[in-house]
Amino acid sequence: MLTKRIIACLDVNAGRVVKGVQFVDIVDAGDPAELAFRHAAAGTDEIVLLDITATHEGRGTLINTVQRTAKQLFVPFTVGGGIRTIEDAAAVFDAGADKVSINSAAIARPQLIDEIGNKFGAQAVIVAIDARRAQASEDAVGDAEVFVSGGRKPTGRKVIEWAREAESRGAGEILLTSMDADGTRAGFDCELTARVSEAVQIPVIASGGAGTADHFAEVLSRGKADAALAASIFHFGIADARTLKAEIAKHGVAMRLPC
Amino acid sequence: MIAVIDYKAGNLTSVMKALHAAGAEATVTSDPEVVAAAEKLVLPGVGHFSATSFLEEHGLKPVIEQRVQAGVPFFGICVGLQWLFEGSTESPQTRGLGVFSGRCERFDSKLKVPHVGWNSIDVSQSKLMEGVDSGAFVYFTHSFRAPVVSETVAVTGYGSAFTAAVERGNVMGVQFHPEKSGSVGLRILENFVRLSKC
Repeated sequence: MLTKRIIACLDVNAGRVVKGVQFVDIVDAGDPAELAFRHAAAGTDEIVLLDITATHEGRGTLINTVQRTAKQLFVPFTVGGGIRTIEDAAAVFDAGADKVSINSAAIARPQLIDEIGNKFGAQAVIVAIDARRAQASEDAVGDAEVFVSGGRKPTGRKVIEWAREAESRGAGEILLTSMDADGTRAGFDCELTARVSEAVQIPVIASGGAGTADHFAEVLSRGKADAALAASIFHFGIADARTLKAEIAKHGVAMRLPC
Repeated sequence: MIAVIDYKAGNLTSVMKALHAAGAEATVTSDPEVVAAAEKLVLPGVGHFSATSFLEEHGLKPVIEQRVQAGVPFFGICVGLQWLFEGSTESPQTRGLGVFSGRCERFDSKLKVPHVGWNSIDVSQSKLMEGVDSGAFVYFTHSFRAPVVSETVAVTGYGSAFTAAVERGNVMGVQFHPEKSGSVGLRILENFVRLSKC
Protein backbone atom coordinates (compact mmCIF):
# COMPACT_ATOMS: atom_id res chain seq x y z
CA MET A 1 0.00 0.00 0.00
CA LEU A 2 1.24 3.49 -0.85
CA THR A 3 2.16 5.16 2.42
CA LYS A 4 1.88 8.82 3.32
CA ARG A 5 5.25 10.54 3.54
CA ILE A 6 6.77 12.41 6.47
CA ILE A 7 9.28 14.93 5.19
CA ALA A 8 11.91 16.76 7.20
CA CYS A 9 12.70 20.25 6.01
CA LEU A 10 16.06 21.89 6.61
CA ASP A 11 15.93 25.68 6.23
CA VAL A 12 19.48 26.65 5.39
CA ASN A 13 21.23 29.99 5.63
CA ALA A 14 24.93 30.30 4.76
CA GLY A 15 25.49 26.58 5.15
CA ARG A 16 23.72 26.22 8.52
CA VAL A 17 20.23 24.94 9.35
CA VAL A 18 18.07 27.64 10.93
CA LYS A 19 14.47 27.90 12.08
CA GLY A 20 12.23 30.90 12.55
CA VAL A 21 8.63 31.49 13.56
CA GLN A 22 6.45 32.85 10.75
CA PHE A 23 9.59 33.57 8.74
CA VAL A 24 11.30 35.71 11.48
CA ASP A 25 13.22 35.17 14.78
CA ILE A 26 15.80 32.87 13.23
CA VAL A 27 17.91 30.55 15.42
CA ASP A 28 20.69 28.07 14.60
CA ALA A 29 19.72 24.38 14.47
CA GLY A 30 22.86 22.63 13.19
CA ASP A 31 24.75 21.19 10.23
CA PRO A 32 22.56 20.21 7.23
CA ALA A 33 24.51 17.10 6.19
CA GLU A 34 24.51 15.75 9.73
CA LEU A 35 20.84 16.53 10.35
CA ALA A 36 19.73 15.06 7.00
CA PHE A 37 21.58 11.83 7.70
CA ARG A 38 20.10 11.61 11.18
CA HIS A 39 16.56 12.23 9.90
CA ALA A 40 16.89 9.54 7.23
CA ALA A 41 18.29 7.06 9.75
CA ALA A 42 15.38 7.81 12.08
CA GLY A 43 12.88 6.87 9.38
CA THR A 44 12.04 10.18 7.71
CA ASP A 45 10.75 9.42 4.22
CA GLU A 46 12.27 12.35 2.44
CA ILE A 47 14.51 15.38 3.00
CA VAL A 48 13.96 18.92 1.73
CA LEU A 49 16.68 21.54 1.95
CA LEU A 50 15.55 25.14 1.47
CA ASP A 51 18.03 27.95 1.02
CA ILE A 52 16.00 30.62 2.79
CA THR A 53 18.11 33.64 1.94
CA ALA A 54 19.20 32.52 -1.53
CA THR A 55 21.59 35.38 -2.16
CA HIS A 56 23.69 35.43 -5.27
CA GLU A 57 26.90 35.23 -3.20
CA GLY A 58 25.52 32.25 -1.30
CA ARG A 59 25.08 29.98 -4.36
CA GLY A 60 28.53 28.44 -4.10
CA THR A 61 27.96 27.66 -0.44
CA LEU A 62 24.60 26.11 -1.29
CA ILE A 63 26.02 23.80 -3.97
CA ASN A 64 28.70 22.71 -1.54
CA THR A 65 26.06 22.09 1.15
CA VAL A 66 23.93 20.07 -1.29
CA GLN A 67 26.92 17.94 -2.26
CA ARG A 68 27.85 17.26 1.34
CA THR A 69 24.25 16.48 2.28
CA ALA A 70 23.56 14.20 -0.69
CA LYS A 71 26.72 12.19 -0.13
CA GLN A 72 25.36 9.78 2.49
CA LEU A 73 21.66 10.18 1.72
CA PHE A 74 19.73 7.34 0.11
CA VAL A 75 16.23 8.75 0.39
CA PRO A 76 14.66 11.34 -1.94
CA PHE A 77 16.32 14.73 -1.60
CA THR A 78 14.76 18.03 -2.71
CA VAL A 79 16.50 21.39 -2.88
CA GLY A 80 14.81 24.77 -3.14
CA GLY A 81 15.47 28.46 -2.75
CA GLY A 82 16.79 30.83 -5.37
CA ILE A 83 16.35 28.47 -8.34
CA ARG A 84 15.54 30.90 -11.14
CA THR A 85 16.84 29.28 -14.29
CA ILE A 86 17.29 25.84 -15.79
CA GLU A 87 21.05 26.28 -15.17
CA ASP A 88 20.42 26.83 -11.44
CA ALA A 89 18.34 23.64 -11.41
CA ALA A 90 20.98 21.68 -13.34
CA ALA A 91 23.69 22.72 -10.86
CA VAL A 92 21.59 21.50 -7.94
CA PHE A 93 20.81 18.17 -9.69
CA ASP A 94 24.51 17.70 -10.47
CA ALA A 95 25.27 18.24 -6.80
CA GLY A 96 22.99 15.32 -5.91
CA ALA A 97 19.43 16.62 -5.57
CA ASP A 98 16.60 14.46 -6.93
CA LYS A 99 14.02 17.22 -7.14
CA VAL A 100 14.00 20.99 -7.10
CA SER A 101 11.43 23.14 -5.43
CA ILE A 102 10.63 26.39 -7.20
CA ASN A 103 8.53 29.20 -5.81
CA SER A 104 8.98 32.93 -6.58
CA ALA A 105 10.77 32.25 -9.86
CA ALA A 106 7.86 30.11 -11.10
CA ILE A 107 5.39 32.90 -10.36
CA ALA A 108 7.64 35.41 -12.12
CA ARG A 109 8.10 33.13 -15.13
CA PRO A 110 5.78 30.08 -15.13
CA GLN A 111 7.55 28.69 -18.21
CA LEU A 112 10.35 27.65 -15.83
CA ILE A 113 8.14 24.75 -14.68
CA ASP A 114 7.82 23.45 -18.26
CA GLU A 115 11.53 23.90 -18.91
CA ILE A 116 12.76 21.96 -15.87
CA GLY A 117 10.04 19.32 -16.33
CA ASN A 118 10.93 18.75 -19.98
CA LYS A 119 14.62 18.39 -19.26
CA PHE A 120 14.61 16.49 -15.95
CA GLY A 121 11.12 14.95 -15.85
CA ALA A 122 7.98 16.05 -14.00
CA GLN A 123 8.97 13.96 -10.96
CA ALA A 124 11.90 16.35 -10.46
CA VAL A 125 9.80 19.53 -10.18
CA ILE A 126 8.01 20.60 -7.03
CA VAL A 127 6.15 23.89 -7.16
CA ALA A 128 6.16 25.44 -3.69
CA ILE A 129 3.28 27.75 -2.85
CA ASP A 130 3.29 30.04 0.18
CA ALA A 131 -0.38 30.68 0.90
CA ARG A 132 -2.31 33.02 3.12
CA ARG A 133 -6.05 32.83 3.69
CA ALA A 134 -7.99 35.79 2.26
CA GLN A 135 -9.48 36.92 5.57
CA ALA A 136 -11.57 39.65 3.99
CA SER A 137 -13.21 37.25 1.55
CA GLU A 138 -16.37 35.21 2.18
CA ASP A 139 -14.44 32.18 0.98
CA ALA A 140 -11.16 32.79 2.85
CA VAL A 141 -9.85 29.34 1.91
CA GLY A 142 -10.96 29.24 -1.73
CA ASP A 143 -9.62 32.76 -2.27
CA ALA A 144 -6.33 32.14 -0.42
CA GLU A 145 -3.54 34.18 -1.99
CA VAL A 146 -0.05 33.24 -3.18
CA PHE A 147 2.85 35.10 -1.55
CA VAL A 148 6.45 35.14 -2.76
CA SER A 149 9.90 36.27 -1.64
CA GLY A 150 9.86 34.23 1.55
CA GLY A 151 6.29 35.27 2.29
CA ARG A 152 6.94 38.99 2.05
CA LYS A 153 5.19 39.86 -1.22
CA PRO A 154 1.54 39.29 -2.13
CA THR A 155 1.02 38.34 -5.79
CA GLY A 156 -2.70 38.80 -6.23
CA ARG A 157 -2.90 35.22 -7.52
CA LYS A 158 -5.24 32.65 -6.05
CA VAL A 159 -3.63 29.52 -4.62
CA ILE A 160 -6.01 27.01 -6.20
CA GLU A 161 -5.80 28.50 -9.64
CA TRP A 162 -1.99 28.68 -9.44
CA ALA A 163 -1.74 25.05 -8.26
CA ARG A 164 -3.80 23.99 -11.29
CA GLU A 165 -1.60 25.96 -13.64
CA ALA A 166 1.54 24.45 -12.09
CA GLU A 167 0.08 20.98 -12.63
CA SER A 168 -0.85 21.67 -16.24
CA ARG A 169 2.68 22.95 -16.90
CA GLY A 170 4.11 19.68 -15.66
CA ALA A 171 4.86 20.04 -11.94
CA GLY A 172 5.19 16.64 -10.27
CA GLU A 173 4.11 17.76 -6.80
CA ILE A 174 2.82 20.81 -4.93
CA LEU A 175 4.41 21.89 -1.66
CA LEU A 176 1.77 23.98 0.05
CA THR A 177 2.84 26.11 3.02
CA SER A 178 0.20 27.84 5.06
CA MET A 179 1.75 31.09 6.23
CA ASP A 180 -1.06 31.47 8.74
CA ALA A 181 -0.11 28.20 10.40
CA ASP A 182 3.65 28.23 9.84
CA GLY A 183 5.71 28.19 13.02
CA THR A 184 2.67 28.14 15.32
CA ARG A 185 2.83 24.37 16.06
CA ALA A 186 -0.96 24.60 16.33
CA GLY A 187 -1.73 22.28 13.41
CA PHE A 188 -1.73 22.35 9.62
CA ASP A 189 -4.35 24.27 7.64
CA CYS A 190 -6.42 21.20 6.77
CA GLU A 191 -9.19 23.08 4.96
CA LEU A 192 -6.78 24.80 2.61
CA THR A 193 -4.77 21.64 2.02
CA ALA A 194 -7.88 19.61 1.22
CA ARG A 195 -9.14 22.23 -1.24
CA VAL A 196 -5.82 22.29 -3.11
CA SER A 197 -5.48 18.50 -3.03
CA GLU A 198 -8.95 18.08 -4.53
CA ALA A 199 -8.22 20.67 -7.21
CA VAL A 200 -5.21 18.84 -8.65
CA GLN A 201 -4.34 15.26 -9.54
CA ILE A 202 -0.67 15.46 -8.48
CA PRO A 203 0.46 14.81 -4.88
CA VAL A 204 0.25 17.66 -2.38
CA ILE A 205 2.73 18.09 0.47
CA ALA A 206 1.30 20.00 3.44
CA SER A 207 3.56 22.34 5.35
CA GLY A 208 3.29 24.82 8.19
CA GLY A 209 1.95 24.31 11.68
CA ALA A 210 3.16 20.82 12.66
CA GLY A 211 3.23 20.41 16.43
CA THR A 212 1.98 16.95 17.34
CA ALA A 213 1.40 13.52 15.79
CA ASP A 214 -2.35 14.29 15.78
CA HIS A 215 -1.68 17.28 13.52
CA PHE A 216 0.07 15.04 10.99
CA ALA A 217 -2.65 12.39 11.14
CA GLU A 218 -5.30 15.03 10.60
CA VAL A 219 -3.75 16.69 7.55
CA LEU A 220 -2.95 13.28 6.01
CA SER A 221 -6.57 12.17 6.38
CA ARG A 222 -9.06 15.04 6.60
CA GLY A 223 -6.61 17.41 4.90
CA LYS A 224 -6.19 14.93 1.99
CA ALA A 225 -2.44 15.59 1.89
CA ASP A 226 -0.17 12.94 0.36
CA ALA A 227 2.77 13.98 2.50
CA ALA A 228 3.45 16.33 5.37
CA LEU A 229 6.53 18.39 6.01
CA ALA A 230 7.97 19.78 9.22
CA ALA A 231 11.20 21.31 10.42
CA SER A 232 11.45 22.55 13.96
CA ILE A 233 9.44 19.65 15.40
CA PHE A 234 12.38 17.40 14.48
CA HIS A 235 15.37 19.64 15.05
CA PHE A 236 14.92 20.26 18.72
CA GLY A 237 14.22 16.66 19.55
CA ILE A 238 10.48 17.16 20.00
CA ALA A 239 9.77 14.09 17.95
CA ASP A 240 11.94 11.59 16.17
CA ALA A 241 10.42 10.32 12.97
CA ARG A 242 10.09 6.71 14.10
CA THR A 243 8.04 7.57 17.18
CA LEU A 244 6.06 10.15 15.28
CA LYS A 245 5.19 7.72 12.47
CA ALA A 246 4.15 5.00 14.89
CA GLU A 247 1.80 7.52 16.54
CA ILE A 248 0.39 8.65 13.19
CA ALA A 249 -0.18 5.02 12.15
CA LYS A 250 -2.35 4.52 15.24
CA HIS A 251 -4.81 6.95 13.64
CA GLY A 252 -5.14 4.59 10.67
CA VAL A 253 -2.84 6.52 8.31
CA ALA A 254 -0.54 4.26 6.23
CA MET A 255 3.08 4.82 7.23
CA ARG A 256 6.37 3.19 6.20
CA LEU A 257 6.99 1.11 9.33
CA PRO A 258 9.24 -0.38 10.58
CA CYS A 259 11.82 1.95 9.19
CA MET B 1 33.26 -2.15 -14.67
CA ILE B 2 29.56 -1.30 -14.85
CA ALA B 3 28.47 0.95 -17.69
CA VAL B 4 25.68 3.31 -16.63
CA ILE B 5 24.09 4.25 -19.93
CA ASP B 6 23.41 7.95 -20.29
CA TYR B 7 20.60 8.69 -22.75
CA LYS B 8 20.19 12.30 -21.62
CA ALA B 9 17.08 11.74 -19.53
CA GLY B 10 17.50 13.18 -16.09
CA ASN B 11 20.51 13.18 -13.84
CA LEU B 12 22.59 10.17 -12.90
CA THR B 13 24.32 11.51 -9.78
CA SER B 14 22.16 9.55 -7.34
CA VAL B 15 22.45 6.28 -9.26
CA MET B 16 26.24 6.58 -9.44
CA LYS B 17 26.48 7.41 -5.75
CA ALA B 18 24.36 4.41 -4.77
CA LEU B 19 26.26 2.03 -7.07
CA HIS B 20 29.50 3.13 -5.43
CA ALA B 21 27.93 2.61 -2.01
CA ALA B 22 26.96 -0.90 -3.16
CA GLY B 23 30.62 -1.58 -3.91
CA ALA B 24 30.58 -1.19 -7.68
CA GLU B 25 32.99 0.44 -10.05
CA ALA B 26 30.83 2.31 -12.51
CA THR B 27 31.17 4.80 -15.31
CA VAL B 28 28.62 6.97 -17.10
CA THR B 29 28.70 6.57 -20.87
CA SER B 30 26.82 7.08 -24.15
CA ASP B 31 29.55 5.37 -26.15
CA PRO B 32 28.56 2.03 -27.79
CA GLU B 33 32.16 0.81 -27.55
CA VAL B 34 32.29 1.35 -23.79
CA VAL B 35 28.93 -0.41 -23.48
CA ALA B 36 30.21 -3.33 -25.57
CA ALA B 37 33.23 -3.73 -23.28
CA ALA B 38 31.40 -3.41 -19.93
CA GLU B 39 30.90 -6.34 -17.55
CA LYS B 40 27.44 -5.14 -16.55
CA LEU B 41 24.95 -2.62 -17.86
CA VAL B 42 22.67 -0.27 -15.97
CA LEU B 43 19.97 1.68 -17.77
CA PRO B 44 18.58 4.29 -15.39
CA GLY B 45 16.07 6.86 -16.42
CA VAL B 46 13.44 9.22 -15.32
CA GLY B 47 11.17 11.22 -17.51
CA HIS B 48 9.52 10.42 -20.80
CA PHE B 49 9.55 7.05 -22.57
CA SER B 50 10.38 8.81 -25.86
CA ALA B 51 13.83 9.66 -24.42
CA THR B 52 14.79 6.00 -24.99
CA SER B 53 14.76 6.68 -28.75
CA PHE B 54 18.24 8.12 -28.05
CA LEU B 55 19.41 4.51 -27.68
CA GLU B 56 18.37 3.71 -31.24
CA GLU B 57 19.61 6.99 -32.69
CA HIS B 58 23.06 6.58 -31.17
CA GLY B 59 23.65 2.94 -32.02
CA LEU B 60 23.30 1.76 -28.43
CA LYS B 61 20.26 -0.49 -28.84
CA PRO B 62 21.91 -3.19 -31.02
CA VAL B 63 24.94 -3.26 -28.70
CA ILE B 64 22.74 -3.67 -25.63
CA GLU B 65 20.73 -6.39 -27.38
CA GLN B 66 23.89 -8.27 -28.31
CA ARG B 67 25.40 -7.99 -24.83
CA VAL B 68 22.16 -9.07 -23.17
CA GLN B 69 22.04 -12.15 -25.44
CA ALA B 70 25.64 -12.91 -24.45
CA GLY B 71 24.52 -13.09 -20.81
CA VAL B 72 25.92 -9.78 -19.59
CA PRO B 73 23.89 -8.70 -16.53
CA PHE B 74 21.52 -5.84 -17.34
CA PHE B 75 19.62 -3.71 -14.85
CA GLY B 76 16.94 -1.21 -15.89
CA ILE B 77 15.59 1.37 -13.44
CA CYS B 78 12.21 3.12 -13.82
CA VAL B 79 11.98 4.03 -17.54
CA GLY B 80 14.89 1.58 -17.90
CA LEU B 81 12.55 -1.22 -16.75
CA GLN B 82 9.72 -0.02 -18.98
CA TRP B 83 12.07 -0.11 -21.97
CA LEU B 84 12.52 -3.87 -21.44
CA PHE B 85 8.85 -4.30 -22.40
CA GLU B 86 7.48 -3.90 -25.92
CA GLY B 87 6.63 -0.24 -25.54
CA SER B 88 4.58 2.34 -23.71
CA THR B 89 1.43 4.25 -24.49
CA GLU B 90 3.38 7.32 -23.36
CA SER B 91 5.16 7.27 -26.71
CA PRO B 92 3.52 4.67 -29.00
CA GLN B 93 6.02 5.19 -31.84
CA THR B 94 9.04 4.38 -29.62
CA ARG B 95 9.81 0.66 -29.43
CA GLY B 96 11.18 -1.00 -26.33
CA LEU B 97 13.64 -3.90 -26.27
CA GLY B 98 10.77 -6.39 -26.03
CA VAL B 99 12.48 -8.85 -23.67
CA PHE B 100 9.20 -8.96 -21.73
CA SER B 101 5.80 -8.96 -23.35
CA GLY B 102 3.21 -6.28 -22.96
CA ARG B 103 3.10 -2.51 -23.01
CA CYS B 104 3.32 0.06 -20.25
CA GLU B 105 0.23 2.13 -19.63
CA ARG B 106 -0.72 5.21 -17.64
CA PHE B 107 -2.24 4.76 -14.19
CA ASP B 108 -6.00 5.01 -13.86
CA SER B 109 -7.12 8.64 -14.06
CA LYS B 110 -9.02 8.30 -10.78
CA LEU B 111 -5.70 8.03 -8.94
CA LYS B 112 -3.20 10.71 -8.01
CA VAL B 113 -0.58 10.59 -10.74
CA PRO B 114 2.43 10.41 -10.60
CA HIS B 115 2.50 7.53 -8.11
CA VAL B 116 4.98 9.12 -5.70
CA GLY B 117 6.22 7.72 -2.43
CA TRP B 118 7.11 4.59 -0.50
CA ASN B 119 5.02 1.57 -1.43
CA SER B 120 5.41 -2.07 -0.39
CA ILE B 121 6.50 -4.89 -2.67
CA ASP B 122 5.39 -8.53 -2.78
CA VAL B 123 8.48 -10.48 -3.60
CA SER B 124 9.02 -13.88 -5.23
CA GLN B 125 12.27 -15.80 -5.19
CA SER B 126 14.86 -14.30 -7.52
CA LYS B 127 18.48 -13.24 -7.71
CA LEU B 128 17.59 -9.57 -7.58
CA MET B 129 15.31 -9.75 -4.55
CA GLU B 130 17.50 -12.05 -2.48
CA GLY B 131 17.39 -11.00 1.17
CA VAL B 132 14.43 -8.67 0.59
CA ASP B 133 11.18 -9.61 2.30
CA SER B 134 7.64 -9.12 1.08
CA GLY B 135 6.24 -6.02 2.71
CA ALA B 136 9.50 -4.09 2.34
CA PHE B 137 9.07 -0.48 1.26
CA VAL B 138 10.73 1.15 -1.74
CA TYR B 139 10.45 4.59 -3.31
CA PHE B 140 8.50 5.08 -6.53
CA THR B 141 7.90 8.07 -8.76
CA HIS B 142 6.25 7.35 -12.12
CA SER B 143 3.07 7.84 -14.13
CA PHE B 144 3.21 4.73 -16.33
CA ARG B 145 3.37 1.14 -15.14
CA ALA B 146 4.40 -2.19 -16.61
CA PRO B 147 1.99 -5.17 -16.63
CA VAL B 148 2.51 -8.19 -14.41
CA VAL B 149 4.13 -10.95 -16.48
CA SER B 150 5.37 -14.47 -15.71
CA GLU B 151 8.89 -13.07 -15.10
CA THR B 152 7.64 -10.52 -12.56
CA VAL B 153 9.54 -10.97 -9.28
CA ALA B 154 8.03 -8.11 -7.27
CA VAL B 155 4.49 -6.78 -7.47
CA THR B 156 3.10 -3.52 -6.12
CA GLY B 157 -0.46 -2.33 -5.91
CA TYR B 158 -1.61 1.15 -6.82
CA GLY B 159 -5.16 1.02 -8.13
CA SER B 160 -4.26 -2.39 -9.54
CA ALA B 161 -1.17 -4.60 -9.47
CA PHE B 162 1.84 -3.74 -11.60
CA THR B 163 5.42 -4.99 -12.03
CA ALA B 164 7.79 -3.51 -9.46
CA ALA B 165 10.63 -5.84 -10.47
CA VAL B 166 11.21 -8.28 -13.30
CA GLU B 167 13.93 -10.85 -13.96
CA ARG B 168 14.77 -13.42 -16.63
CA GLY B 169 18.25 -14.85 -16.54
CA ASN B 170 20.52 -11.85 -16.19
CA VAL B 171 18.02 -9.32 -17.55
CA MET B 172 16.45 -7.41 -14.68
CA GLY B 173 14.62 -4.23 -13.95
CA VAL B 174 12.88 -2.33 -11.20
CA GLN B 175 10.18 0.31 -11.47
CA PHE B 176 11.14 1.93 -8.18
CA HIS B 177 14.34 3.81 -7.40
CA PRO B 178 16.74 1.55 -5.48
CA GLU B 179 19.15 4.50 -5.21
CA LYS B 180 16.49 6.31 -3.17
CA SER B 181 15.06 3.38 -1.22
CA GLY B 182 17.34 3.33 1.81
CA SER B 183 18.86 0.05 2.95
CA VAL B 184 16.38 -2.09 0.96
CA GLY B 185 17.40 -0.34 -2.24
CA LEU B 186 21.10 -0.70 -1.51
CA ARG B 187 20.61 -4.42 -0.89
CA ILE B 188 18.98 -4.82 -4.32
CA LEU B 189 21.83 -2.91 -5.97
CA GLU B 190 24.36 -5.10 -4.13
CA ASN B 191 22.55 -8.20 -5.40
CA PHE B 192 23.00 -6.92 -8.94
CA VAL B 193 26.61 -5.83 -8.39
CA ARG B 194 27.51 -9.32 -7.09
CA LEU B 195 26.07 -11.15 -10.12
CA SER B 196 28.40 -12.76 -12.56
CA LYS B 197 27.88 -13.45 -16.24
CA CYS B 198 25.79 -16.54 -16.96
